[in-house]
Amino acid sequence: MSGKEYRTITDVKGPLVFLNKTEPVSFGEIVQLRLSDGSMKNGQVLDTSDDQVIVQVFEGTASIDRQTGVKFLGDVFKLPVSKGLIGRILDGAGRPRDGGPEIVADEMADIIGAAINPYSRQSPKSFIQTGISAIDACTSLVRGQKLPIFSASGLPHNDIALQIARQAKLVDSDDDFVVVFCAMGITAEEYNFFVHDLERTGALENAALFVNLADDPAVERLITPRLALTAAEYLAFEHDYHVLVIYTDMTNYCESLRQIGAAREEVPGRRGYPGYMYTDLAMLYERAGLVKGKKGSITQFPILTMPGDDITHPIPDLSGYITEGQIVISRELHQKGIYPPINVLPSLSRLMNAGIGPGKTREDHKSVSDQLYAAYAQGRELRGLVAIVGEDALNERDLQMLKFSDIFEDQFLRQGRDEDRPIQEGTLDLAWDLLSNIDTKFLVRLEQKWIDKYHPTDKKEE
Amino acid sequence: MSEENGVIYRISGPVVTAIGIAPRMYEVVRVGNEGLMGEVIELHGDQSVIQVYEETSGISPGEPVVRTGRTLSVQLGPGLLTQIYDGIQRPLPKLEETMGVFITRGVDADGLDLEKKWEFNPAIKAGDEISAGQIIGIVQETETIEHRVMVPPGKSGVVKSVESGSFNITETVCKLEDGTEIAMMQEWPVRHPRPFIQKYAPDVPLMTGQRILDFLFPLAKGGTAGIPGPFGSGKTVTQQQLAKWSDAQIVVYIGCGERGNEMTEVLDEFPHLIDPNTNTPLMNRTVMIANTSNMPVAAREASVYTGVTIAEYFRDMGYNVALMADSTSRWAEAMREISSRLEEMPGEEGYPAYLSSRLAEFYERAGRVQTLAGDDGSVSVIGAVSPPGGDISEPVSQGTLRIVKVFWGLDAGLARQRHFPAINWLNSYSLYPQALDKWYRDNIASDFPEVRTEISTLLQVEAELQEIVQLVGSDALPIDQQLTLEVARMIREYFLQQNAFHDVDTYSDLKLQYDMARAILSFQEEAKKAIAGGAQLEDVVNVPARTDLMRGRFEKGYNDKIGDLVSEMGKQISATMGAN
Ligand SMILES: Nc1ncnc2c1ncn2[C@@H]1O[C@H](COP(=O)(O)OP(=O)(O)OP(=O)(O)O)[C@@H](O)[C@H]1O
Ligand SMILES: [Mg+2]
Repeated sequence: MSGKEYRTITDVKGPLVFLNKTEPVSFGEIVQLRLSDGSMKNGQVLDTSDDQVIVQVFEGTASIDRQTGVKFLGDVFKLPVSKGLIGRILDGAGRPRDGGPEIVADEMADIIGAAINPYSRQSPKSFIQTGISAIDACTSLVRGQKLPIFSASGLPHNDIALQIARQAKLVDSDDDFVVVFCAMGITAEEYNFFVHDLERTGALENAALFVNLADDPAVERLITPRLALTAAEYLAFEHDYHVLVIYTDMTNYCESLRQIGAAREEVPGRRGYPGYMYTDLAMLYERAGLVKGKKGSITQFPILTMPGDDITHPIPDLSGYITEGQIVISRELHQKGIYPPINVLPSLSRLMNAGIGPGKTREDHKSVSDQLYAAYAQGRELRGLVAIVGEDALNERDLQMLKFSDIFEDQFLRQGRDEDRPIQEGTLDLAWDLLSNIDTKFLVRLEQKWIDKYHPTDKKEE
Repeated sequence: MSEENGVIYRISGPVVTAIGIAPRMYEVVRVGNEGLMGEVIELHGDQSVIQVYEETSGISPGEPVVRTGRTLSVQLGPGLLTQIYDGIQRPLPKLEETMGVFITRGVDADGLDLEKKWEFNPAIKAGDEISAGQIIGIVQETETIEHRVMVPPGKSGVVKSVESGSFNITETVCKLEDGTEIAMMQEWPVRHPRPFIQKYAPDVPLMTGQRILDFLFPLAKGGTAGIPGPFGSGKTVTQQQLAKWSDAQIVVYIGCGERGNEMTEVLDEFPHLIDPNTNTPLMNRTVMIANTSNMPVAAREASVYTGVTIAEYFRDMGYNVALMADSTSRWAEAMREISSRLEEMPGEEGYPAYLSSRLAEFYERAGRVQTLAGDDGSVSVIGAVSPPGGDISEPVSQGTLRIVKVFWGLDAGLARQRHFPAINWLNSYSLYPQALDKWYRDNIASDFPEVRTEISTLLQVEAELQEIVQLVGSDALPIDQQLTLEVARMIREYFLQQNAFHDVDTYSDLKLQYDMARAILSFQEEAKKAIAGGAQLEDVVNVPARTDLMRGRFEKGYNDKIGDLVSEMGKQISATMGAN
């Protein structure tokens, strides 16, 4: 470790500082920069050799000159962690932002986070009821899952995330969730919206916030989620909490990643994003889950806005390749005035099968959910056809599917911002009610035994 | 200057440059004070470029780099089965013991348990002349799999003595006249294919129990298949279905740069799932490699080679091995990342220029061979591909499709409709049917190929009719074409769709698949007759017995009932003629 201050900066490029130096500096080491006006900046070593060190400066390189003093702190980035994080608001680099005291560390935790040994994981399988029918019935969430919200600008993803944070509960235990909220480059207005809602419901006392806003340094965003996840891991695996991590907006995070790549003159991957973006994102998203021998869990809700509403854009695309499904918000449904405007067709929860069924939600859940999908998908497809040939050209089956798709949007998807529907009586029974608008012979996804047991036939005969 | 020991000059992520050391290409070296494992991937001037298999943060220039003289190898012998490894064959349970639940670094672990004793039963005797690849003894490794201990490649001679009884895998079990000692364990460098006598053309299907695969787009034992598809379309589920139900004797499953939870799922499930071919837990025949997306990329790059080498080793014992790699795109990305750190000239989309040759070399390690021992063994390779945005015009998909003989194209649209497996029947293909048809005729039904052709023709015709329906609606079509649409719908909903998560539907044997296909054709025949006899299409389609036939596939014992269900359907359809 060297406490020496170097004044050997040769180049400054974008967020990067290049310097020559005399003693060995380790890869990933934390760097402190002292500017001529006495102000301080922080950075991290991205590349190191006997001749040259490249430092990424979190606060941006404005005002850095050749006289700037550079000190290598001899350690990688660590966050002071303790239970005292709960109820606190920190900035994007982990410093108090709420006027409160510094966090008294029980432990200094490396923010990069080691990979969980796949052999040491436990399969997530406890159903989390969000009270939102579209999610509970069709893309059921389980504890320890990473399920992003794919949205786009101007859509109510924040309301949905908050509604989930408010209503989320386990059906098979009384354990509560602690929320770790991580803001990356969102506007002050969005941030206030979150904070007010968390205050309103008293959840703020049970939350830890890491906040980097739109006017905060862009490069800092690369560490903010790592801080949040480090806090989450500590709370979950040292103190048995069930942690719900909400981070928004992943798109801003990826933009910062692209900026660093460009400054390093790396060969870019698709649309200018670094080729290693998949791995980089995985290092965040994979920090969800449950591990053997620990009671706590980390469930992640990353929010990202799809540039140009395009789901094939690298940010949603690479996310989708890592997460365990996605909840897709639809502009079309939003414009129809439906809240929550969740398009269940491209949405998916891969861990759903493990979390639903007898003893968890209900025995018919899988069947019902398959049938809802199938009928709604067919109905929606027929809308296009009807626009051309009119309803007359449809046979009985198609007509019923078409009608169902409207009912489904209007009665199943649509619900109040504070409406908390229980899975059985609220969501699944409603689904049967709505499905009874279709002749049973067309309900090919429903197993006969569930039809016998749950189909509200009497209702149809009225 | 000591050529054995050098120092670190530069560190850039997983790539470390050393000076003062003169290793061979692909030699394993120890890097830094913690002795992290690395592999030399480039030499230029006095610099040796090393990819490091563990996280490099906190390491400084000036720290030591030490040669080992070995190339990256795996340990082969009893104890591979049921094991789960990282990309460089470190057993994950061992890592958990030493590191806890998070993978830190700097820990070495043997791929095999060197202490454990196995019961060795010799298959040779003193005086025998033996050569490389020959089986010298048997160890019952798991309940179902006997491990055939072989003479390591490169060794041969006359047996001086051979042991019998309980030994660990490094103890000598056989001595040759020239003093050579042979133990149960051998090592093999992962980047080199293991030797065999010759390759044969595959002519036996790898049966997977998945209807669309076995019936329409079959893979042969020793063949290669690619499964490209966008996220969430079913690559992993399909791979896991193959790992569960295919009639390979050994399965090597490589989770390459994918999710941790998916490996846990396999670990949780396989010990409880019963192999329909042997009636013992599937775990007994499985070796897993798990180098998940958040584990070091260099080890991800190696994971595919580690896996295929283990597969070849079992092949050499005369087994049919199936290897799944999920996902080869993540492997290619690891190559890309390392190549870019080396500042190599990038090819298409930043991938190294050698991408396609690496892909080809990998799939070339599949095949049905005559082993050195003269037996018949095979490695079938099934690679998932994850094209960005689902667009298969990208380099990894294209590089794969040029080589593999079977293409199972997953389709986002089908997945969205929850038509699973979401394999697009119109653009998928298999080049094996011709080679396999004789086998089908001999073993399943003499008209098997003809039935398959009829089914796939119906699906083609449907696609054409759908274009018309999109314009005018289905009611505008003549009655026979409407019937064709109904038959095709039946193929899709009853035959092609198969729920991997349903206890019964998850697996159909080939005979049942054939019976189901025949049931559809028999519906078509009966319906045609009835309609010609004045029945309404609507009535024909809606006979309850057809629904029973279709729903029946979810019930146990369907194989025995399907015949009766079909005749009942026939009766009811005939009866619709009199209804008007
Ligand atoms: N045969 C099947 N039966 C039932 N469901 C299926 C089947 N295949 C896929 N699915 C459904 O699709 C989901 C996604 O499948 P899978 O995880 O295999 O996708 P993938 O192509 O591997 O995606 P990624 O590239 O992101 O890993 C599954 O969680 C499951 O719900
Ligand atoms: Mg997958």
